[in-house]
Amino acid sequence: MEHLVNNEETRCFSVLVMNNAGVLSRIAGLFARRGYNIDALTVGPTEDDSVSRITITVKGDDQIIEQIQKQLYKLIDVIKVVELEKGKSIRRELVYIKVKADNKSRANIVEICNLFRAKIVDVAPKSLVLEIVGPRSKVDAFFNMIKPFGIIEFVRSGETGLQRGLEAINFSNQIE
Amino acid sequence: MLASKLLLNCLANHDVDTIFGYPGGALLPIYESLRDSKIKHVLVRNEQAAPHYASGYARSSGKVGVCLATSGPGATNLVTGIATAYLDSIPIIAITGQVNRDLIGSDAFQEADITGATEPFVKHSYLVKKAEDIPRIINEAFHIASTGRPGPVLIDIPRDVQEETIKKVNYKEKTNLPGYKPTIVGHTGQIRRALRKIKQSKKPLIYAGGGVKLSNAEKELLEFAEKNGIPVITTLMGIGSFPEEHPLFCGVAGSHGFEHSNRILNEADLCICIGARMSDRGIFNLQHHLNNVDLIHIDIDPAEISKNINQTEIPIVGDAKTILLSLLSQKINNNYSAWLKRIEEIKEEYPLIFSECLENNKVNPKIFFKELSKITDNDATIIADVGLNQIWSALYYDIIKDRRYFTSGGLGTMGYSIPATAGAVIAAGNPADKQFFTVCGDGSFQMSMAELAIIAQNNLNMNIILFNNTKLGMVRQLQHDTYGKDHYSGTDLNFDLDFSKIAEAYGITSFEANTTEEALDAVKEAIKINGPTLIQLHVDEDFIRI
Repeated sequence: MEHLVNNEETRCFSVLVMNNAGVLSRIAGLFARRGYNIDALTVGPTEDDSVSRITITVKGDDQIIEQIQKQLYKLIDVIKVVELEKGKSIRRELVYIKVKADNKSRANIVEICNLFRAKIVDVAPKSLVLEIVGPRSKVDAFFNMIKPFGIIEFVRSGETGLQRGLEAINFSNQIE
Repeated sequence: MLASKLLLNCLANHDVDTIFGYPGGALLPIYESLRDSKIKHVLVRNEQAAPHYASGYARSSGKVGVCLATSGPGATNLVTGIATAYLDSIPIIAITGQVNRDLIGSDAFQEADITGATEPFVKHSYLVKKAEDIPRIINEAFHIASTGRPGPVLIDIPRDVQEETIKKVNYKEKTNLPGYKPTIVGHTGQIRRALRKIKQSKKPLIYAGGGVKLSNAEKELLEFAEKNGIPVITTLMGIGSFPEEHPLFCGVAGSHGFEHSNRILNEADLCICIGARMSDRGIFNLQHHLNNVDLIHIDIDPAEISKNINQTEIPIVGDAKTILLSLLSQKINNNYSAWLKRIEEIKEEYPLIFSECLENNKVNPKIFFKELSKITDNDATIIADVGLNQIWSALYYDIIKDRRYFTSGGLGTMGYSIPATAGAVIAAGNPADKQFFTVCGDGSFQMSMAELAIIAQNNLNMNIILFNNTKLGMVRQLQHDTYGKDHYSGTDLNFDLDFSKIAEAYGITSFEANTTEEALDAVKEAIKINGPTLIQLHVDEDFIRI
């Protein structure tokens, strides 16, 4: 098993599902009972009211990733599973960070935000709330820079994304 | 039309003639409509048995079995049976009553989240929100349960939905399942590769599982094996997929299988796995070996491929029958006589052992089943429970010709055999000229004893073979094997129950035997009786499984 652990990497799936009651519970339950690790999961509507799109970020080696896809397809409500591969897709995360800020440190934080194209969305005498959207690596780098100022709390939305170019996950293909 | 009546009409349209159920408050409208429905209702004695009846019904008839239970405790009592059907891929539909829609989520009387509770082991489930959805949901449920890899579907119907009135009824309501498209036909490129691989191999072996039976591919498997001279082993679930008297038959593999079968599997250079999921019990300790031989894995469920064995040389997703027919279309023209000769050597090296406990005066289950094979019909159905009785019957009763063997193989649910046999007999129309046998132990018998009422009430023509050792034999043996002698714990039933009196209480004819000869005589008598019998066989507590 050792080599498997070393091969583990974070992968991202875009999953189109029927917008039925309980579908999120079925997917969350599948991951829990088969011991797959969800890093992040986001759900939202699609251009079709009866279909929702779930973006799941998971960790696993090739065999586990293959199994996850197959097990997802076994769920009747799952219409299509597509991996958002690095390079061939855009993957972004939205993060809010509440950081300690006083008259001395505020300017420094603003400067870092400018470098990262992060926004300041709330200003208070002793704190700032920062907003950054970006791929995980950029967000992680931003965190490292902000950490020394004293992070009070933060929230990460989890990655979501789309394939690049004209390619689209068209579920009507599936119906035939 | 009342929704409850609509529901029953929809079931009848899907060829349902019997449902196995137990009423309750949340099912009052359905039971009211059942009064003038042509569907026969079998009142089980505990909801726990209802899915097993449906399972036996489905396995015997090839149709979908239907069971019914009320909300809350009725529904939760179905859980084990639904999981049993899921693990053995049996098409059943479980219908449960639910509290009124406006009470859902309020912890109302007899409210349980049954769609949530069964989610891990249903193929799909529904909570019916409005009566108009009933025809579509029933159509979808039957389609899902019976196609692809079969499995249980649960339909939870709130009581007030059952009471709704529908003006316009369309029974042909279209299914809306864009995410469900089972693959039936195997990939032609993979089939070509498989044929090439078989041609190259020196020691091929077919490993046949329950999927062969589910796809009714027994004839095609026999043809394929005979045409190319390839030997066959089966899993526990695959028993009956290949005639056991056939010279190419190499026994049952797995942790409770034959020594020679596992050795043959261990020497094969190509394993052609058909409709089996290579479970932990099915491959015993041969996982490492199977990871290193060439593997052709044929399964209708793509998720089974590379799940338990990482290294699948050639995966073919599709229906076993269709794929075997494609494989049959070409001649392989190979001669495996050296391999077949080697197999004969292995068989001789590891012969079946019948001798233990011969010195005492009790029934020898191995000899009993070998001899039983000679006196029962060629189309007898035998349904085994879980435990030593299951392994004895699986290994030593010969499934030849049109005989059938069913058991709870995946989940290993004790108490399965009695309701499952009753369901199978009911599905067959309780024929006087067909033999049905239940095989159980005194442990498993007591788990479903209450269902004797159904068997007696309907005068079901079935014979219950009950092995009595006053122990929970298989776990007891595991304790012995794991911790050593005298480490028995909680496996002594320690109560000499008079089973013949129980049979008598239900008006069931009973027999008792202390020796193998008496046992066979009892069976000969029992099969003459048109109606249920109980044949109690006393077995030595130390008589082991293999």
